[in-house]
Amino acid sequence: MRPALRFLNDELVKKVIDEAMGLLETLGVELQNPEAARLLAGRGVTATGGRVRLPRHLVEQALAGVPGEFRLCDSSGRETHHFAPGNVYFTPGSAALNILDSETGTMRRPKTADYVEYAKLVSHLENIAAQSTAMIPDDVPAEVQDSYRLFLSLLYCAKPVVTGCFTAASFPVMREMQVCVCGSAPALAEKPLTVFSCCPTAPLKWSFVTAQNVLDCARAMIPVEFISMPPAGFMAPVTLVGSLIQHTAETLSGIVISQLVRPGTPVLWGGSPAIFDVRRETTPMGAIETMMLDCAYAEIGRQFGIPTQAYIGLSDAKLLDAQAGLESGIGAVLAALAGINSVSGPGMLDFESCQSLEKLVLDNEICGMALRLVRGIEPKDDFPALPLFEELLRDKHLLIARHTRKWLKTEHYFPGPVIDRANRGRWQAEGSLTLGQRARREKERLAAQWQPPAFAEDVRRELGRLMAAEARRHGMDRLPDLPE
Amino acid sequence: MTILDAIARALETGDDEAVGSQTRAALAAEVPAKEILDSGLIRGMDRVGGLFRDGEIFLPDVLLAARAMDAGLEVLRPLLEAQAVAPLGKVVIGTVQGDLHDIGKNLVGIMLRGAGFEVIDLGNDVAPERFVQAAQDSGAQVVGMSALLTTTMPAMRRVVEQLAAAELKGRVKTIIGGAPVTAGYAAEIGADAHGFDAAAAVALCRRLVGR
Repeated sequence: MRPALRFLNDELVKKVIDEAMGLLETLGVELQNPEAARLLAGRGVTATGGRVRLPRHLVEQALAGVPGEFRLCDSSGRETHHFAPGNVYFTPGSAALNILDSETGTMRRPKTADYVEYAKLVSHLENIAAQSTAMIPDDVPAEVQDSYRLFLSLLYCAKPVVTGCFTAASFPVMREMQVCVCGSAPALAEKPLTVFSCCPTAPLKWSFVTAQNVLDCARAMIPVEFISMPPAGFMAPVTLVGSLIQHTAETLSGIVISQLVRPGTPVLWGGSPAIFDVRRETTPMGAIETMMLDCAYAEIGRQFGIPTQAYIGLSDAKLLDAQAGLESGIGAVLAALAGINSVSGPGMLDFESCQSLEKLVLDNEICGMALRLVRGIEPKDDFPALPLFEELLRDKHLLIARHTRKWLKTEHYFPGPVIDRANRGRWQAEGSLTLGQRARREKERLAAQWQPPAFAEDVRRELGRLMAAEARRHGMDRLPDLPE
Repeated sequence: MTILDAIARALETGDDEAVGSQTRAALAAEVPAKEILDSGLIRGMDRVGGLFRDGEIFLPDVLLAARAMDAGLEVLRPLLEAQAVAPLGKVVIGTVQGDLHDIGKNLVGIMLRGAGFEVIDLGNDVAPERFVQAAQDSGAQVVGMSALLTTTMPAMRRVVEQLAAAELKGRVKTIIGGAPVTAGYAAEIGADAHGFDAAAAVALCRRLVGR
């Protein structure tokens, strides 16, 4: 039996959905994108005062077209994700402004070399199935920072990428890069390599850029994750149910926009809600109520039969300290138990604004434990028990019993050296290393094993040409030098 | 790959049947038994020890290798005895008087045997005089004691004292271990070594017997 977590009963789910549908019908959403407005007008929905009111039948029609599952592939075309009920995948928290410097332990803006080190590291973190464009290198102009992240990710790591555009203008080159790696537009559509995050604005609003991203992705058959972010108690109701209603309405409106262009566009029912801490004026990702919101909205997404995503398993701590571990650990475990299909969080500190490579190494272990947890407890050649116990009494131990050898490596999860399980004497003999020191050592060990993604040299050159042209368009004649 | 390489390799993978058959094949090819032992079996086991120390393989892998080592020794034993090739050393082990916790002690025994030691395991709750008697009777070079409880640790001191009284101290080395036991305590009671786990115990016993 897969262990599972539920917060909402069926009746409450239905009431939340009904209220959200009612909000869309009566208040509608503010839509700042003329193309989306035009497409909606074609369906008989006209904007009044900048708002479009979405009738229930239109929402239900859009929902009917959304795939109940879909897959992602890495840049070699190998399937890595099957977003379907019960399957959980982790991906680093994305778009951090800062990196926690390994040497100084302080936050600073990331550079190209940091991003490359990150992408190489993620290649080797076995419990983190996808990469994300996890931080924003500041040694390129702001206009190309989004496409440059994807460029580096594709060059240095084969895993699929959770990413997004900062502007509508970046989409074409970001799509072209993927087509270049996959070989053709149909090949990309068949084996999606990325998921684009598209964020409505609270409350009930779609900016020009994000709505355009949704439309562009739908056209290119690129999967989208909707990231509705109601801050409970500030620009959303303080109650968790109230914020769930807002989240549901915002996400449903995104689904309507995505399915306008191409019914059947794959989407993730995602989000990054948070409570608003009125004492500190922040939106803590490590708050237990934030995590409850994530798990609960995933139940609503599942009610619609749509794969789910959440920003959960992040920490608000500023260092790799106990708070970082506990918030990430609680979040990852809850997310796995809630069956959230794509969990965005590993590596992230300081709300959603600082990546730490050492934390990424630690979080990889947290993810490994969470993934083991949801495999649950199943009998494995345990009945009848008598022969094994006879063997135990005869041999005095089962360390090399056939039963042990068959099941040891799947029944027990073996974390890497960042998790200390040595006895005290051994730990002291190995240098009495702190968690941060062990994580750093493991980060360096993994990075040293890195191999480049296995695509042809001309693909690599073409990616470089696309990126260079995009940079030139924004006044940068020469891209930063790339590390080996 | 020479046949000795093949033996070492089969031992590393814990393939006892292959170790046995390759050992017989080596003898048939007139490789001296001592050479098969040193350059085949012990070389393989040394490599296993290194991999275990580096965390590349786990305890069960070491035990499988030890079982494979046994399969090879089984073939060589009559010849080695005829040529008077001794085991690495003899070690008496047990948990001290009053202590029934023998998991650590059992692991030490398994690992020592795997490394080529002859082990005389006295079990648990072993009175000091039994340690001394067993050391005398077997001619062991090392006595290993284990304790999990702080309340039973003083029994370790009594064993060291009684070995001295029997004029065995110096000739018979003592090694102690267990969760509450420290190197400082070993120094305090005059024990020769303290091991914090089974792998450390093997390395220390080798040092104590000069191998």
